[in-house]
Amino acid sequence: IMCASAKYNTRGPALIPRMKTKHRIYYITLFSIVLLGLIATGMFQFWPHSIESSSDWTVEKRSVHDVPVVKLPADSPIPERGDLSCRMHTCFDVYRCGFNPKNKIKVYIYSLKKYVDEFGAAVSNTISREYNELLTAISDSEFYTDDVNRACLFVPSIDVLNQNVLRIKETAQALAQLSRWDRGTNHLLFNMLPGGPPDYNTALDVPRDRALLAGGGFSTWTYRQGYDVSIPVYSPLSAEVDLPERGPGPRRYFILSSQMALHPEYQSELEALQAENGESVLILDKCTNLSDGVPAVRKRCYKNQVFDYPQVLQESTFCVVLRGARLGQAVLSDVLQAGCVPVIIADSYILPFSEVLDWKRASVVIPEEKMPEMYSILQSIPQRQIEEMQRQARWFWEAYFRSMKAIALATLQIINDRIYPYAAISYEEWNDPPAVKWSSVSNPLFLPLIPPQSQGFTAVVLTYDRVESLFRVITEVSKVPSLSKLLVVWNNQNKNPPEDSLWPKIRVPLKVVRTAENKLSNRFFPYDEIETEAVLAIDDDIIMLTSDELQFGYEVWREFPDRLVGYPGRLHLWDHEMNKWKYESEWTNEVSMVLTGAAFYHKYFNYLYTYKMPGDIKNWVDAHMNCEDIAMNFLVANVTGKSVIKVTPRKKFKCPECTAIDGLSLDQTHMVERSECINKFASVFGTMPLKVVEHRADPVLYKDDFPEKLKSFPNIGSL
Amino acid sequence: MQTRKKYIFLTFLASWLLIFFFGGDQLRRFAFFSGSKAEARRNWPRWTDRSLLKNFADPEELQRDGDPSLLSPRERRAAWLSVYKSSRCRMETCFDFSRCERNGFKVFTYPRERDQPISASYSKILTSIERSRYYTPKPEEACLFILSIDTLDRDHLSAQYIRDVDEKIRGFPLWNGGRNHLIFNLYSGTWPNYTGDLGFDIGQAILAKASFDTESFRPGFDVSIPLFSKDHPQHGGERGWLYQDSVPPKKKYLLVFKGKRYLTGIGSGTRNALHHIHNGKDIISLTTCKHGKDWQKHKDTRCDKDNVNYEKFDYQELLHNSTFCIVPRGRRLGSFRFLEALQAACIPVLLSDGWELPFAEAIDWSKAAVVGSERLLLQIPSAVRCIHPERVLALQQQTQFLWDAYFSSVDKIVHTTLEIIKDRLSPPRSRSRFLWNTLPGGLLVLPDFSTHPGDFPFYYLQHGSSPSKKFTAFIRVVSQAGSLSQPILRLIQAVSGSQYCAQILVLWSCEQPPPPSGKWPQTTVPLTIIQGRRKLSDRFFPYTAIQTDAVLSLDEHTSLSTSEVDFAFVVWRSFPERIVGFPALSHFWDPEQGRWGYTSKWTNELSIVLTAAAFYHRYPRGEGQLGRGIRPHPAPLPCPLPRYYHSLFTKYLPAGLRELVDGLAACEDILMNVLVAAVTKLPPIKVTQRKQHKDTVPQQVGCMDGGMGTPPSGECSPSPPRSPAAKVKGTAGAAGSRRFSQRQDCLNQLVDWFGYMPLVSSQLRLDPVLFKDQVSVLRKKYPRLEKP
Repeated sequence: IMCASAKYNTRGPALIPRMKTKHRIYYITLFSIVLLGLIATGMFQFWPHSIESSSDWTVEKRSVHDVPVVKLPADSPIPERGDLSCRMHTCFDVYRCGFNPKNKIKVYIYSLKKYVDEFGAAVSNTISREYNELLTAISDSEFYTDDVNRACLFVPSIDVLNQNVLRIKETAQALAQLSRWDRGTNHLLFNMLPGGPPDYNTALDVPRDRALLAGGGFSTWTYRQGYDVSIPVYSPLSAEVDLPERGPGPRRYFILSSQMALHPEYQSELEALQAENGESVLILDKCTNLSDGVPAVRKRCYKNQVFDYPQVLQESTFCVVLRGARLGQAVLSDVLQAGCVPVIIADSYILPFSEVLDWKRASVVIPEEKMPEMYSILQSIPQRQIEEMQRQARWFWEAYFRSMKAIALATLQIINDRIYPYAAISYEEWNDPPAVKWSSVSNPLFLPLIPPQSQGFTAVVLTYDRVESLFRVITEVSKVPSLSKLLVVWNNQNKNPPEDSLWPKIRVPLKVVRTAENKLSNRFFPYDEIETEAVLAIDDDIIMLTSDELQFGYEVWREFPDRLVGYPGRLHLWDHEMNKWKYESEWTNEVSMVLTGAAFYHKYFNYLYTYKMPGDIKNWVDAHMNCEDIAMNFLVANVTGKSVIKVTPRKKFKCPECTAIDGLSLDQTHMVERSECINKFASVFGTMPLKVVEHRADPVLYKDDFPEKLKSFPNIGSL
Repeated sequence: MQTRKKYIFLTFLASWLLIFFFGGDQLRRFAFFSGSKAEARRNWPRWTDRSLLKNFADPEELQRDGDPSLLSPRERRAAWLSVYKSSRCRMETCFDFSRCERNGFKVFTYPRERDQPISASYSKILTSIERSRYYTPKPEEACLFILSIDTLDRDHLSAQYIRDVDEKIRGFPLWNGGRNHLIFNLYSGTWPNYTGDLGFDIGQAILAKASFDTESFRPGFDVSIPLFSKDHPQHGGERGWLYQDSVPPKKKYLLVFKGKRYLTGIGSGTRNALHHIHNGKDIISLTTCKHGKDWQKHKDTRCDKDNVNYEKFDYQELLHNSTFCIVPRGRRLGSFRFLEALQAACIPVLLSDGWELPFAEAIDWSKAAVVGSERLLLQIPSAVRCIHPERVLALQQQTQFLWDAYFSSVDKIVHTTLEIIKDRLSPPRSRSRFLWNTLPGGLLVLPDFSTHPGDFPFYYLQHGSSPSKKFTAFIRVVSQAGSLSQPILRLIQAVSGSQYCAQILVLWSCEQPPPPSGKWPQTTVPLTIIQGRRKLSDRFFPYTAIQTDAVLSLDEHTSLSTSEVDFAFVVWRSFPERIVGFPALSHFWDPEQGRWGYTSKWTNELSIVLTAAAFYHRYPRGEGQLGRGIRPHPAPLPCPLPRYYHSLFTKYLPAGLRELVDGLAACEDILMNVLVAAVTKLPPIKVTQRKQHKDTVPQQVGCMDGGMGTPPSGECSPSPPRSPAAKVKGTAGAAGSRRFSQRQDCLNQLVDWFGYMPLVSSQLRLDPVLFKDQVSVLRKKYPRLEKP
């Protein structure tokens, strides 16, 4: 009811009423008034440069130090510890989110306050730079609402990113007194550094009852699958250092370790690896003799050699990410940024956003016990895959690690997808880098099905006024055994189709559809009358195809239901002199298109042509009254990534009394126009989707030395 | 007319004013209108001192996250073992990886005891494991153990409940606290709570259980399996019900449910509400109160009316004619309905909160099902209506793919479970989610071959890569007497003449050593000779020397021209996942004998393409002289084949099946065809073949099985299409007929192993575009293919 989804228009293109001349003057006057108004509006827009920018306009200007102070009494309630059994269906109040056509949750942010204890000592730093960025990002996003009553998710402004800088009990008390706390239901906390000495818990120690936790460094024992969100530990270097993406190819080192203060046991295992494999393994550590003023975080040393960090990460194919006291490490972000494939050695660690990200494509996870075998494990990965992992690693950083904004939005999206699963973002959208999204093809008809023969096909004949030829086509086509219905698209608005009694009597239902406008795209409209999957588009002058040829074409289509299966084939060529595409209809050894003057295809492509044709191609074709077939070839090839199938031998598609496709094709200007179409479409699609092949389909026994009467399709190729 | 104009004028004026007032932020900014701005959205403040805020952590602290006072990693891991047990088991604490390192992933099943009753389903599970390529009868080399005690039904009210399991288990010397054991379960707990309790202590064993709830599920350790009935087929399995893709989905109903309504007890909340969404038109949701013995006791006012309505619709009819099917929880979280809907291509709408979906570790259910919430039942109709037809099409196809890849038989369910566990043993050598959720599915993708999608023939399009531009020619030499014969020299010349040839490999399977390198012809491409064993399935061994995706398998006696090789290879590049070849056979069902047959006669269909086989070349020479024209098969011609299929052939199929192939003559190319058809569900591609000359290839005159009545002239006598297998007469045909019947046996044994007939028929052949057209030969690219 509230769906935004496309409704299938069953009636066909509508006719725009014509304007009557005598009223034109009034309309022109009215129009000019409106125009004047618009111009005036435009002037206002360009005028007020002195006025403050819009963002400042709606936002208060204050200092963090001016926020209200809240005193927490010592006996104010403390929430219960986090409930390990919480799941969305048990601890989350989904009724707050409601059903809405946008399928977006509403997120409310509590206003910032400074919490102090009874003695006036601050409970924590009011807010860190990162948490401020995160909240800003949420408030600027589509998820944000300032209406607490409409909110589905609540984000406290109490900063718990780093457990080390806060007082656990008092922070918990501060949470408990939030206006909508209600045992933490629908509250989301962000934490990146959980735990503290001596046990370093893998989840935030602040009691939080039912609140969701977006945490960096979950282990499999503290992570509540499907409830918590595992997030990265943000590395502030991301904002500081600009590492341009490095192309694929071999790098100087094979394995690199850049972490400081590793446990001596890990250290010795890494050193053993280095001793075994020499120069290809580089183990860096803290620099001991740096001159003053050089930030230690930006340098690493090996013996006396000094390296720039994180730049040095780009010199290696694999970069080790070992666990420290905590499981989540900020170095993971640096490694991904450098396009280095992380080798993650941290047993039980839940990788960031693992609910949606496929880390197998971007990293290598090695159990701690297997550290000594690391080198051989990594060597067994094929080079092509390594290059893809490098690209993938960089893409993960760009999309989900690079800023607090990216981290915040990915977290909210994950929660949003749980609440509106039917509108969730797909695996491909999460994981495919833009280059892959661009180059890969996901065929909408991907299931290998051979449709049952019994269904038959619907022949759609586009006609204008060549009634005699049309009737011949109808008679010929009706002889094909698998024909189940014949649809005549009457594209002539000035003339009525012949009376019912004059039409040829055929064994299958014949329907005539009258169109509102003489447009070529009417041929590809997904008429409700087409009940079969297979559609045979046929021109009203194609009378030379035999019944065997048509039936065979249908059988071939059944084996390739996701392709255009047609009779006359055409080719596109690159014209090196003119530096553009050229259309070719000569006797070539290759085909890349079939003409839809006689072609089988899936009805789904009608739907795509009518509703999903990229750019202005559809209107362009209708305006030029040409190239609808080339457009269809482009569309199908682009969406399936597959070539056309030309069936049966070459014929002269020419009849003496009509100007058939070939008749026209011989015309020079026609060829120029068709070439233009190809160039136009290629630029709209942004690529050349057509695939060139050197084969055509014939019956198994075609031209074999075998009695014709025993062949399924004897009458093929006769002129 | 005047009034109309006036109205139009007013409308325009009004719209002009509207534009002026609401025309954008910039307008409202104007001081004059600033009165209305008070209601602006209150965003997070831009603090004036935000650039002075401190970082959440000191950068150096972030990079030095170590604490020397902590336990050493080794000690920590040892300590874990004692802490994270039973309900907190994970692979790293409860599974002994070292057992799997020595012999790889091997699975042992406890010997079945006579007096031990075993249900049909559990017996199928055990059989599946024994049929798997991971099975081992030796416990000492096993990595994973499976009990022979039937643990499927742990409802102690059930007849199949086995008592005293704890005691029995403790008696097993191999039990070892359940370490490395896998326990299957379909039903746990009983009335009224139906908990996850199994009634015995599983210790550290992995649990593969149906109706798993997310709370007791140990992530990365347990496996959630689907509930399947006792009639679920052992192998093969029925295909899905989607025969055609229609957009929009032209089904009679949008959403259906027909099932029991629990009046009391667990699960009744959801089932009791289902009737609310029934609209009698496109949403049919019917419940009955009739179940159990005492339903009358709890009967409510709706029951009688519901029961009447209930009988009006047939469950199967609804299943066949609906786009979406509600799959609510029953007493337990999973139900048979789930697999039924999946098979019927009726997109499951799950209403089973807290259910860990089957194989969710591998399968992305959002691509095949709608995961609803029990609490939001009333939103389901509108949510489902809003799903775009294109997505419905994708969901429907995905249900079929998943059904066929992982669920349609007990074998598939069990093998998927095993593969998921195997993938955990070595994460770098495991399948990514992409591989699990894309055709042909994880079971047919061997991560030992590669984990890179670009290395598999079926992922080129989705992955955005293309098949290799070159091929490796692979020639197997068997019957050479130390020197090189003419045919093989000609063959090497012809192949190396192809512009697409990257390398030539010769597999030397003779007793004599190969001739020295000086004796081999000079070729433009590298020529390598490897020493082989003498086994028929050697042909498909995945030799590491093969460096291209495509392999052209050849026999020493193969005769072919460069243009045939070129054309076949160009065609293969368009169909990289299929077998592309020259001589074809066709299979058929022989109702008289009740078995499958095949024929190499000229038929209008084909389903097998010979992979350069012609086994008889490898027979001792004497047999080849049995008689004139006794050639049971058409000329052995080669075909380009993706390298991956060699791996699949050698590693996917269990050793027993490969032995069978080695034992039966020339079975290996039928097996290869069956295997590729099982992967692709598509027929092979036949390309046109040059007519053979009697004098150039004297042994290859016949084209009839068993050479029955083949005229000496070498002409092929036609036979009617689709005729049953030829009866073979005469002594001359004896050898051929034996081979023929062996191949028939082979086909039937393969069908038996797969559980269905994977072969698919095709009615077409691919020819060069201008093949036999009436144009000048000079215009044609492959004129040699037409030469008589």
